[in-house]
Amino acid sequence: MFRVIEKSKLTGDITRIVVAAPDIALKAGAGQFVMVVTGRDSERIPLTIADTDTSRGTLTLIFQEIGFSTKELGALSEGDTISHILGPLGNPTHIEKYGTVICVGGGVGIAEIFPVTKAMKRAENRVIGIIGARSKELVILEEKLKQTCDELFITTDDGSYGKKGYVTDVLSGLLKVSEQSTHTIYPNLVYAVGPVPMMRKIAQLTKEYNIKTIVSLNPIMVDATGMCGSCRVTVAGVTRFGCVDGPEFDAHLVDFDELQKRLASFKEKEECLNKKCPAK
Amino acid sequence: MRKQARLQAPADRIKNFFEVALGYSKEEAEKEAKRCLLCKDPLCVKGCPVRIDIPSFIRLLRENKPQEALAKIKERNNLPAVCGRVCPQEDQCEAMCILNKKKIPINIGALERYAADYGKAAGKQLTSEPQASEPANPRTRELKIAVVGSGPAGLTAAADLAKMGYSVTLFESLHKPGGVLTYGIPEFRLPKKIVMDEVEYIKGLGVEVKTDYLVGRTLGLAELFEKGYKAIFLAIGAGLPQFMGIPGENLSRVYSANEFLTRVNLMRAYAFPESKTPLNIGTRAAVIGGGNVAFDSARCALRLGAKVSIVYRRAEAEMPARVEEIQNAKEEGVEFQLLTQPVKILGDEQGFVKGLECVRMALGEPDASGRKRPVPVKNSNFILEADTVIVAIGQTPNPLLSRAAPELKTNPNGTIAVNEDYMTSLPGVFAGGDIITGADTVIAAMGAGKKAALAIDRYIKTNG
Repeated sequence: MFRVIEKSKLTGDITRIVVAAPDIALKAGAGQFVMVVTGRDSERIPLTIADTDTSRGTLTLIFQEIGFSTKELGALSEGDTISHILGPLGNPTHIEKYGTVICVGGGVGIAEIFPVTKAMKRAENRVIGIIGARSKELVILEEKLKQTCDELFITTDDGSYGKKGYVTDVLSGLLKVSEQSTHTIYPNLVYAVGPVPMMRKIAQLTKEYNIKTIVSLNPIMVDATGMCGSCRVTVAGVTRFGCVDGPEFDAHLVDFDELQKRLASFKEKEECLNKKCPAK
Repeated sequence: MRKQARLQAPADRIKNFFEVALGYSKEEAEKEAKRCLLCKDPLCVKGCPVRIDIPSFIRLLRENKPQEALAKIKERNNLPAVCGRVCPQEDQCEAMCILNKKKIPINIGALERYAADYGKAAGKQLTSEPQASEPANPRTRELKIAVVGSGPAGLTAAADLAKMGYSVTLFESLHKPGGVLTYGIPEFRLPKKIVMDEVEYIKGLGVEVKTDYLVGRTLGLAELFEKGYKAIFLAIGAGLPQFMGIPGENLSRVYSANEFLTRVNLMRAYAFPESKTPLNIGTRAAVIGGGNVAFDSARCALRLGAKVSIVYRRAEAEMPARVEEIQNAKEEGVEFQLLTQPVKILGDEQGFVKGLECVRMALGEPDASGRKRPVPVKNSNFILEADTVIVAIGQTPNPLLSRAAPELKTNPNGTIAVNEDYMTSLPGVFAGGDIITGADTVIAAMGAGKKAALAIDRYIKTNG
């Protein structure tokens, strides 16, 4: 059993919980995730570790309450327990001094780039953050990211905060400027987490400029230890398992169309859980 | 006459996940036990990978002492209720039975199950839970051993080591213990209650079970030693599911058998939406493969309401599955597409399976396995109606642990390399079960667990 130490609503449907999981906290690296089983009959769901505190032995999880299982987790209060947490899973982000690193987060993906910006900053990179949300009230972690990023750009779809438009617009602008610029602010790495269409667009953009780009993928998983293969993704024409080979892959080689289709595999069933199941 | 155990009728059982084989009644068990010749030099014992004293437990059943019979079995086998149900006795003890010369071997499997089920029920009334035997050397209790993986090999080794007096911790990555017994073998062949009872027995021996621990991630091998474990036994199972490498394998509703069975058995997707893990099963499922896992998948799919075909590239005689399971599946209405090889999975616009293109095969010369090699028949392509495809063609070893511990030597096929004492290239780290052999039976893994436990004991006594 894993106790919920803190809980807060960050915004709208995005919730942050801090759970006591000392063994996992001790081992967790940037980019890794945990599998969470909230209650007795719950699904196993993968959630990226948004932060760790080894002195307190805690993990921070930030998630969007979008389906039944995330709502079930979001319904827990401080002091409640989560039945099972397994981790840390997946390969940690490769951290080194690249030079300039642009980290792009869309929606709840903002929470997922935070530990990467933190680790990249610690490795003495110049870190540029670009975060985007639908509107002002959905922008999360701005203050925390200001501490880990040398520069932080914010976009909202409706223009209610930051720049109106998408993260890809800002990225595109930066890449154009850096291309024309005489002094080098050219990014050595782009790291992106967000909805599949966002990651696909970023991959297309950075490919034109031939900039190494890493995306962290969120395929459907069951065991998340390599045993089931539910999380398979095609990368460079080869089937890879998101859980043991990923979750990060070279953005220029990922088959995003297939990923998006596989993510929609259980949509009907999901509706069944949220409302009422139609008679069989 | 050999007495077959009663079965749930096919028309009923295809609508539920309850156990198919119902087991012997008291009278049936006694009658079958009386057929045993109680051989002085019993061949059946030689056929048993864990060397159960079969004539002795059968003699006790004759005397209507199921509890004593169970104790006799447990001298050698820690999981009798499991083995009585899923062991391929026809290839092991029963194949060796002297009466098999007349094709009427003693039904040892059904008797083992009877002893396990009735012996436990009787035992509950008479005594408390089983206790670990007093350690021969009391000091050994302080010695900690880590067993990684709680499937048949891990459970067996943990139980034997606990009986020897060691302090054993059993690490399991999933949220429930049992390994393949829990996530793989379906409820109707091995009820999960039975598995959990066996796990409770092993806990009763003093074994500490820690779920949600992935060794290699949550804890490394070096850290286990740092934490004071004197030896580590890796029993981490067969690993990653194999796919065929044909177009369309990543369409939605294409599952590995592991995924399909895990959703159904571990996550209880058959009870959706009460259980929250979904499973998409269309109306026509094609299961690719001819082993026990393929048949388990097929019979689960059938119970979930699909029409099911087994697609197998060889003939029925070559199928590795147990004859009993093949027979059960036939009775339940599973269709067979034999000498058939899938070449492409067809998908619709949304990325869901809409058919399976196959080619017919003919049997040629025997191959390396001694079975006749199937060769494609030219221009025989056809489309099998299917909206769900389950791939049950085997597994390759999970690279996770060997990546986390690169000094752990592996064989060219990815299995962990061990010496004759089950020791890996790392001193004090042992391995057994499917991770060293590739996918094999429950009892073979248990046999490895037993031998490894003895080897670990020898290692500790020499190096302690």
